[in-house]
Amino acid sequence: MTEIDPITLAVLTGRMEQIADEMDATLFRSAFNPIIAEAHDASHGLYHAETGDTLVQGKSGLPIFVGVMAFAVKAVIEKAAERGELNDGDVWIFNDAHIGGTHLSDMRLVRPYFRDGKLFCYLASVGHWHDVGGNVPGNYNPAATEAFQEAFVLPPVRLVRAGEVQPDIIDIIMRNTRLPQSATGDLNGQMNALDLGVRRLDSVLDEYGAETVAAALDAMGRRAETLMRAELSALPDGRWEAGDFLDNDGITDTPLPIRVALEIKGDRMVLDFEGTAPVTQGPVNIALPTAVATAYVAIKHIFPSLPANAGVMRPIEVRIPEGSLLAAEFPKPTGGYTETILRMIDVIFAAAAQAAPERVVANAYGTINALSIAGRRSDGSPWVMFSFYGGGHGGSSDSDGLNHGNAPISTATIPPLEILEAAYPVMFRQWALRPDSAGAGRHRGGLGAIYEIEVLEENGAEAFLFGERGRFAPKGVAGGGDAALNVFSFEQADGWHHPPLASKMRGIRLDGGHSVRLETPGGGGYGPASERPPEAVARDVAAGYLSAEAATASYGAGWKEVAR
Amino acid sequence: MSGSRMIGVDVGGTFTDVFMLDEATGDARVTKVATTRPDQSGGFLAGIDELAGDAADLSVVVHGTTTGTNALLERKGARIGVITTQGLRDVLEMRRRDRPRTWGLRGDFVPVVPRELRLEVPERTLADGTVRQAVDLAAVRAAGRELLDAGCAAVAVLFANAYANPENETRAVEVLRAIWPNPHVSASSEILPEIREFERFSTTTLNAYLQPEVSGYIQRLEDGLTRDGFGGEFMIVQSNGGVMDVDMASRLPIRTTLSGPAAGVIAAGYIAQSAGFDDVITGDVGGTSFDVALISGGQSMLAAQTSLDFGMVVRSPMIEIATIGAGGGSIAWVDKGGLLNIGPESAGSNPGPVAYGRGNDRPTVTDANVVLGRIDARSPIGALERLDVDAAARAIEAHVGTPLGLGMLEAAEAILRVANARMAGAIRLVSIERGFNPRRFTFMPFGGGGALHAGAMLADVGLGRALVPRYPGVTSAMGCVIADMRQDFVQTVNALVDAVDEAALGALMQRHHDDGMAVLDASGTRFDRRVARFELDMAYIGQTHTVAVPLPVTVEDGIVTPPTRAGIAEAFDAAYRGTYGRLLDKGVRRVMNLRSAVIGERPKFDLKSLAPATAGSAEDARQATRQVYFDGQWHDTAIYARLDLPVGAVIDGPAILEQPDTTILIEPELKGTVDAFGNVIIEART
Repeated sequence: MTEIDPITLAVLTGRMEQIADEMDATLFRSAFNPIIAEAHDASHGLYHAETGDTLVQGKSGLPIFVGVMAFAVKAVIEKAAERGELNDGDVWIFNDAHIGGTHLSDMRLVRPYFRDGKLFCYLASVGHWHDVGGNVPGNYNPAATEAFQEAFVLPPVRLVRAGEVQPDIIDIIMRNTRLPQSATGDLNGQMNALDLGVRRLDSVLDEYGAETVAAALDAMGRRAETLMRAELSALPDGRWEAGDFLDNDGITDTPLPIRVALEIKGDRMVLDFEGTAPVTQGPVNIALPTAVATAYVAIKHIFPSLPANAGVMRPIEVRIPEGSLLAAEFPKPTGGYTETILRMIDVIFAAAAQAAPERVVANAYGTINALSIAGRRSDGSPWVMFSFYGGGHGGSSDSDGLNHGNAPISTATIPPLEILEAAYPVMFRQWALRPDSAGAGRHRGGLGAIYEIEVLEENGAEAFLFGERGRFAPKGVAGGGDAALNVFSFEQADGWHHPPLASKMRGIRLDGGHSVRLETPGGGGYGPASERPPEAVARDVAAGYLSAEAATASYGAGWKEVAR
Repeated sequence: MSGSRMIGVDVGGTFTDVFMLDEATGDARVTKVATTRPDQSGGFLAGIDELAGDAADLSVVVHGTTTGTNALLERKGARIGVITTQGLRDVLEMRRRDRPRTWGLRGDFVPVVPRELRLEVPERTLADGTVRQAVDLAAVRAAGRELLDAGCAAVAVLFANAYANPENETRAVEVLRAIWPNPHVSASSEILPEIREFERFSTTTLNAYLQPEVSGYIQRLEDGLTRDGFGGEFMIVQSNGGVMDVDMASRLPIRTTLSGPAAGVIAAGYIAQSAGFDDVITGDVGGTSFDVALISGGQSMLAAQTSLDFGMVVRSPMIEIATIGAGGGSIAWVDKGGLLNIGPESAGSNPGPVAYGRGNDRPTVTDANVVLGRIDARSPIGALERLDVDAAARAIEAHVGTPLGLGMLEAAEAILRVANARMAGAIRLVSIERGFNPRRFTFMPFGGGGALHAGAMLADVGLGRALVPRYPGVTSAMGCVIADMRQDFVQTVNALVDAVDEAALGALMQRHHDDGMAVLDASGTRFDRRVARFELDMAYIGQTHTVAVPLPVTVEDGIVTPPTRAGIAEAFDAAYRGTYGRLLDKGVRRVMNLRSAVIGERPKFDLKSLAPATAGSAEDARQATRQVYFDGQWHDTAIYARLDLPVGAVIDGPAILEQPDTTILIEPELKGTVDAFGNVIIEART
């Protein structure tokens, strides 16, 4: 392989990252469904020709995809080898989560890129489609026991063969979604993004030559590995354990342990998830690719300056016990994967905080709270309002946690309430910070939120919730306190109720004028509460972030002396 | 109007630039004075005094200001209060549930209004404009008194769905204006009647936060000018590149957030267009950043909103400027993985580059330019006596050369190559990524540092040529004199095309038109032409990103003829096809917002008045020969006094053209030609 000079490497690194970023931007702009267009639940990148490893990935896509897309490309490499056919101009498509990671809503397109008749690398695009069949519109089915109830399952097939689009494949896909128009828009957007990637890669290769670019890609991976090893070497050797629980699997009300042992030896790290609960009947399972990718997300949060490529993971071994809910086999349901991987990140943070507290933030709110409210208007037309809701981030060595942030696996923003009220027959009675929801600490957690949503349509509606943290609160680190639990309530003629499974429920009947209420967790605290200056506590009380009683209970009465 | 002289003033971090044009004689003059802090009015008035002497003789003074931007970035606005819908007082603090950076999960957010000054009152309007609960005016009055008692200097009223029906907000501000001791009372529906509560609340709140500060500043300027006998028109440049009168600037200071940079882009567009180039990419190399804007067909791109800092969202049309953290003061460093990086850490202008000798010992982009002979160490720009070349060389060697195994000069070239690659990336972002072919575009560097990097931009991005204006250091001040008067209006409509109320839309357009024209009438300025433009934000149902749809509307004798539903549908199809290539089969079209712009085009001056002599030879302007390092070796490089070069002079690279406010580098394969306006056009030699 050609050696590459450090300057050309620096220049090419920027060029390649820009290609992936531009592919992201292309899809965000043209996508139809708001989950891609607004929440950026999509990702693009370049992948290794033989191994499928991530070479470069866009910066604005969903963080979890950074690691998981390599598995999608690997699945295509294997399938193409099986078929004995891989052509310039092929595009493969699939959503099978057990081989490609995440969940069935994520449609993956993989395209081999050829240069002078030779395979150079792969380009791939993944995006969360609005609906891909299954029992529940939008595919968040908390009661699913098989993948088939979550969505239709598409294995890797060729959407384009040597440049020829296959209309038969498109017909099959579009007959299996409730929203074919949205799906067609997203599919076109993803194909446009891949086309654009090909054009941009062409011009970089024209300018620098395939050998130089290949050498640069290789050097970028080695550089990432070197950086990771340097970071690990700076940490003490040792073994640290942490554990937490999921509330339940949506079917049986039994807590599910998630455990990790983090071991650092020199410039290597092992993350061993031994002791984690076995595979479940309900949809909180994840497939192996998702578990490995999640470890990557946690590592990237702890070492944020590392580049986004596979080199980072070379010094890290991720051990996922067979038969655990982190390595579910087809057709076990995986629709609630977000909740499980958030908990994996929480335990990795909790373990890493014991090794290097200043590097790690306390747990964030730890659930996406996928809430959908659906019904029919008086003219008979159906409506479905589907959104994820925010909560607090953990405190860190630098500052208090962020109030009302997005989930660590995502960069999604929430739609404005005015957009939701304009589109659906609902009214937000409250959209506010939730007092007393943050974990106490030298740097307290960020506050969670309260959303109270009234159904205006007199026909009423039905609500579906897929959440977590209803029984086990987000944890503090380095001596910081835990945050408040997630609380969901719904209003019926006889008063307010909570779901029997705390954080998951389907088919909740709501009459017109009645509301549902989400009170989301804050983030965990950082450092002992006793180290928080009384002035900071008094300020929190004055602002109403903390009630006087909670302030005294967490921090003692010292704040009263400095309160104005 | 008392005279024929016009003044443009741009206040920057270090210098206050003043540009004066005598419309009658075509005489143009420039000066730079030190910016005064914290009150910039001192430098402003001193600069005008130095250049104009008698202010009584001035017809127009136009100001590009960063007072508002600085107050926002440094969180130095006023103590203000907010009165909002029950249940929604935290909208400002909750933002759109984002976070400061994708990776790391660190950092928090402190809103400009603390929670205890955000008070709720009973009231509620629904999305269709129905008032579900009339505003409780007694509660509003009590809240107003509470905020006054708490020492608030301004108050903003922020009610849900006020874009759909402002009634509750209007009644609330009426009550507040009766008790509030100053004019700083505003309602969100007055500032931005557009759907999306966080963006509207944030814009309205930041406006209120700036009102006391900016209106006080403008008042001091006005008083000073009046004292000096000035009786002409005093105007402020808005972020949209148009000017507004000072009353409006005091009421809507949020519209000044990009005032200075916008003026620069306006001037760049005019200079390039005069020289025959309609497609321009501007590049401003500052101490810490590189700012890029694109002008296509003579029109600068406008962005609908910007975020000045995390959570500080301003929604108001503004010239779209892309910024990356790579400027002259950006620090070059090698990371643990052996990669050379430029920025984002910067030595700024103080302590500045190593060569400034003010205590920074880490090499910057400017240091690389110094050791390679591109900047004259003996007569640098600004107040410094000379530059310390040896110190710069030592820093480059230690921090870049040694870790990468390169010699000092190679390391310096490497720093420039990586810095240029980053700047080229920013240009690609605004051009290639938006579907513009860079070959059509002319790169126009302005500010002090850009002209050193022009050749690299041509090579790296494939831009057609570069144009260095005659006075690049005062481009923004010149833009103040050139900018048109402009008012932007927005109103959310939110209706399917088939259900659009044509008469109501027409009435809305007429109102925007009339309000805008009234502002033009009220100003004492002459206009060559008055234009009203109308645009709809539209999308298919289900899409959240809208397409800007220009409406072909006729205005005759001040009467706007509104478009028909069919006309709207047709205009959408054309705009959508232009953006995405193909239409959506069976898609249902929706109108989200009406956007109107009313523009008074001010008379332009002939840039030829700035041109140098046509006689003389380039040889007369030649100063010396200096050794400059290019492509791995030293070259004998001719040094010229740029301002002495006559029209028509052609200088082959390698050459350096020097003038007080910039240094122009012409690389070995390029040539520079002085055009009829005194601009230097840099392009390939063949």
